[in-house]
Order: sequence, then C-alpha cells, then structure tokens
Amino acid sequence: MSELIPSFDWQRVMIDPWTLDLSLYGWIFLMGFCATAACGLVGNYLILRRMALMGDAVSHSVLPGLVIAFLLTDSRGTTPMFLGALVAGILTTVLVESIHRRTRVKQDAAIGIAFTTLFAIGVLLVSLFSNQIDLDAECVLYGEIAFVPLEPLVTLGGVELGPISLVRMVAVLLGVAVLILVFYKELLIASFDEALAKAMRINPTWVHYGLMAVLSVVVVSAFEAVGAILVIAMLILPGATASLLTDRLGVMHFIAIGHAAISAWLGVGLGVWLDCSIGAAMVVGGAFVFGVVWMGTLLTKLKRQRSKPQQSGATVSAPASVS
Amino acid sequence: MNAPIDTAIPLEIHDLTVAYHKKPVLWGVDLEVPAGQLVGIIGPNGAGKSTLIKACMGLLPRQSGWVKVFGQSLSDVPTRVGYVPQRESVDWDFPVNVMDVVLMGRYGRLGLLRRLGKADREVARECLERVKMLPYANRQISNLSGGQQQRIFLARALAQQADLYFMDEPFAGVDAATETAIVEVLGELRDQGKTLIVVHHDLPTARSYFDSLLLLNMNVVAFGPTEQVFTSENLQKTYGGRLTILSEVASTLGAEASGAPGRR
Repeated sequence: MSELIPSFDWQRVMIDPWTLDLSLYGWIFLMGFCATAACGLVGNYLILRRMALMGDAVSHSVLPGLVIAFLLTDSRGTTPMFLGALVAGILTTVLVESIHRRTRVKQDAAIGIAFTTLFAIGVLLVSLFSNQIDLDAECVLYGEIAFVPLEPLVTLGGVELGPISLVRMVAVLLGVAVLILVFYKELLIASFDEALAKAMRINPTWVHYGLMAVLSVVVVSAFEAVGAILVIAMLILPGATASLLTDRLGVMHFIAIGHAAISAWLGVGLGVWLDCSIGAAMVVGGAFVFGVVWMGTLLTKLKRQRSKPQQSGATVSAPASVS
Repeated sequence: MNAPIDTAIPLEIHDLTVAYHKKPVLWGVDLEVPAGQLVGIIGPNGAGKSTLIKACMGLLPRQSGWVKVFGQSLSDVPTRVGYVPQRESVDWDFPVNVMDVVLMGRYGRLGLLRRLGKADREVARECLERVKMLPYANRQISNLSGGQQQRIFLARALAQQADLYFMDEPFAGVDAATETAIVEVLGELRDQGKTLIVVHHDLPTARSYFDSLLLLNMNVVAFGPTEQVFTSENLQKTYGGRLTILSEVASTLGAEASGAPGRR
C-alpha cells in the first residue's frame, strides 16, 4: 500500500510549492485558477440554461477547428488556433440549433449528432495528415498544466507578466467577467424567460450565440492546460457547487470563483503529493469540494427536519433525500 | 406615466394565419380591439388561444396576415406592449428573487448597456404593492405558491408600464384570493384606459370578468361585448356542442340569478 500511495509529507506537499518552488507552482496554480474561474463563470449560464452538454459539445468540436486552422496556416500560433476553435464552436452551435429547430430531433440528440460528427472529422483529419501534424492527441484530451511554467515569459514594457498561455487565460477571464457585467440583464432575462426577452427586443438567439462564442474562446484557452475532457468538469463543477449554496445569480458567480481557487489549490497539493497530472488533480479537488458542500446541505436539511417535528408536534417527517 | 392613450387602435389583426409544422392552428383571424377594453379569449383546448397572443407578440412566425399595435408594427413600439406568459413557461428554481423578476419588466425600457436605477426599483416596489406582494420582495422565487408566482408575473407586467397587455392564462391554478386580486388589478388597468387581452379557460367566470369576449376555435367564432357574444349558440359553435361545456353554461346562467360575482 505504501508503494502505491506516497506518504504525505506536510512540508513537501503543503509548504514547499508555495515557498521554495513558488516560481513553478505559482504559475500552475494561477493557470488552474484562471481556467477554472473563466469556465465556471460561463458554466453558470450553461447550468441555468440546462445546456451543460453544450460544454461537452464545444470542447470536442474544437479539435477539427484546431486541425483545419493548422492545415490552412501551417502554424500553431495563437491567432489561427483561436479562430479555428471559435469557428468550430460556433459551427457546433449553429448545427445543433438548425437540427433541433428544423426537424423533430430534440436538442440533446442534436448535440449528440453535431459534436461527435465534428470530432470524428477532426480525428479523420489528424490521421490523414499525421505526417504533417504534430498534434499530441494526449495533450488535446488531457492537456498538460505542468508545462505552463516552461513557456517563454511575456514581457510588456520591460515587466515580466508570465507564461504566454497564462497571460492569455487571465485576459480571457477578465474578458468573461466584463462581458457578464455588461450584459448581465440580457443574459438573465434570456435565460429566465425567453419569450419576454423576445418581446422586449432582447434577441435570445443572439444571446445564445454570444454565450457559445465566449464558451468556445474559454474552452480553447483552457485547453492547453486541462484538455478537452477535463475542461468539461471545470465548466460544470463550480456552478453546480454554487447552485447548492445560493439562490442568487450574482452570489453564484462569486462562489464559482471561490470554488476555482480552492480546487486549483487542492489540485496543486494533490498533484505534488501523488506526483500525478495536476490538471486531473484539480478536477478531483473541485469534485471533492462539490462533495463536501453536498454533504453539508444534506446535513443541514436533516438537522432542520429533526428540529421541525419537535416544534409542530406529530408531523410525519419524510426522509430528506426522497427527491 | 405614459402619454395619454392616443386614438390609434391598440390592436388590429388582419387575415392572420399561424401554422405548426405546416398544419394551420389559426387562420383568417381579423380583429380590431378598441382602447380601454378588458378582453377575454375563450375557446376549447387547442383552439389557438395562446398561439394568437404569441403571434401578436411576434413570438411565433406568421404564415400570412399582419398585426398592428397602435397603428404601428410591434417592433416600433415594443415598450407599449406588456406580456404575461404562462406560469409554467419559466423555471421557478432559477436563482433570482421576487424583486429581480419584477425588475425584468423594466429591461425593455433600459436598452443595451444601461443599468437599473433607483427609479426602476421604485416602480418595481409600487407594482409589488399593487399585487400585495411587497413583503415577499426578497423571497427566492421557488419558495412561492402558484398564486404568488402568478402575482409576481402580473407585477412584472405592471412594471412594463405598457398600454396594451397580453396575458396567457393568468388565472390558471391560482387560489381564490389571488384570482380576486388579479381581477381587481385588471379592472384598474382597464379604468386607466389600458387594453388587456386575456386568455381564459374558465367559462363560468369569463362572463363576469370581461367587457368583451373573443370566442376562438382556430378562427374567430365571435367577438364583441360580452352580453352580446356570450350566447349558447355561439358557445356551441365554439366548443362544438360538448355536453359538459353546455351544462357549465347552464349553471352559469343559473348562477347569475343567485348573484354571481358582479361585472366590474
């Protein structure tokens, strides 16, 4: 057993990453935090609009976008990759919308058709042009957040800002936050009551496409760190945790950001302790936080139910977790 | 708050046809609703009652015909039209409170990039007060009864400060107290010169609640002042001679003698 799980060394796991190795783990933590926070903010709206699967869809269909952009421009530069991913993300949304609006196929099935097809086209292209593409499939699926500190540092006016993908992620996070602030009411009404939004000439279709475009950008920038699969968890876990704790949308956003910070911190610790993929460890950390919060809500519910019958006498108490 | 109601006809519909998957659900609707009227739309299930108001609001594509609001296209006067959708059309677990929902009524007037101000909150508070829901302003919307939810929707419509209102079954599944409260508010709005088009499913009360009735069954069976239109002949045409409906009518006619809720 001791060979399977390394012994927990407090100094090595909890202290060193934040002191001795800060120049390494500091970047990793920041990357994990910014990626999860940006994903979480967008994910809040996916959860509220019951479109959690769209995150899944966009994150997968980004693959053919990257491949095609690479084939067209023959570069792995930021701009072509971003544009490729963005176009692929929007295309997925358009496909899903057209399939379920113009046919009898429901939205969930339409999502299943659209993104698997696009992903398959991506796989097909990778295998067709495998001699030209040095796209690491494992990196696409799982990402490698540990490489972030190895990247060249971006300098602006003589000041070292940080590794390039982190700088990009920070910009995306700030962009998402600003967009949510600016379009708060449009997002709210289009998500809560589409008919009223339409009647007020706030076009819910544009809101939907805007959200999907932002989702594509967020997914592709978080991609390098966490990959196509783990990014789905980062889209859903913060919002799901927040929705257990609050019933105000604004508060939900702050809790999602807090969740992102805690899961990134737990991820670094778990990654160092077990010497495993830190990206995956961050997702496990996030899921752990969700689990703790869930247990907490169950306990408070139970407590409330225990105290109720005493007050009202002989009330029949139903078990807490029936629903 | 709005300019006095002008002379333009609040709602004018000409030759309106709406279809779902190529099957027409509403055809050849011609209608002219004068100002200051409380109009009930009644008809059997599937008669196209909700479809009619959704088509008027531009929420459904029209196969043919046109709808004019105050003599203009709806898109030219969006703030003059208020809407109360069916209560089940939204997710009541959504993380907003009562105040947030009522404030949504103000969004149409705000436009892009502008935020809610003190005046908007003041209007929202007044509207909540009118439906007697002000004490619930900070309540999460999932902790409301059906009747309370419906009042919130009405308050939100009031906050729109429109001149023409479309309401989709505002009395569906509400308690008696709420029904009375809603009827009261609708009457006040009518008395202010506003025009209200209300989808209603209950025949016995339709007679006492509305000034005019629109009997609908995929097309207009009859439209006019309630006392002229509410005849067993028209109702038979609308409902296709269903016995239960006709017995309801009989009971309404009987109830009238024993003092049903008076017409307002």
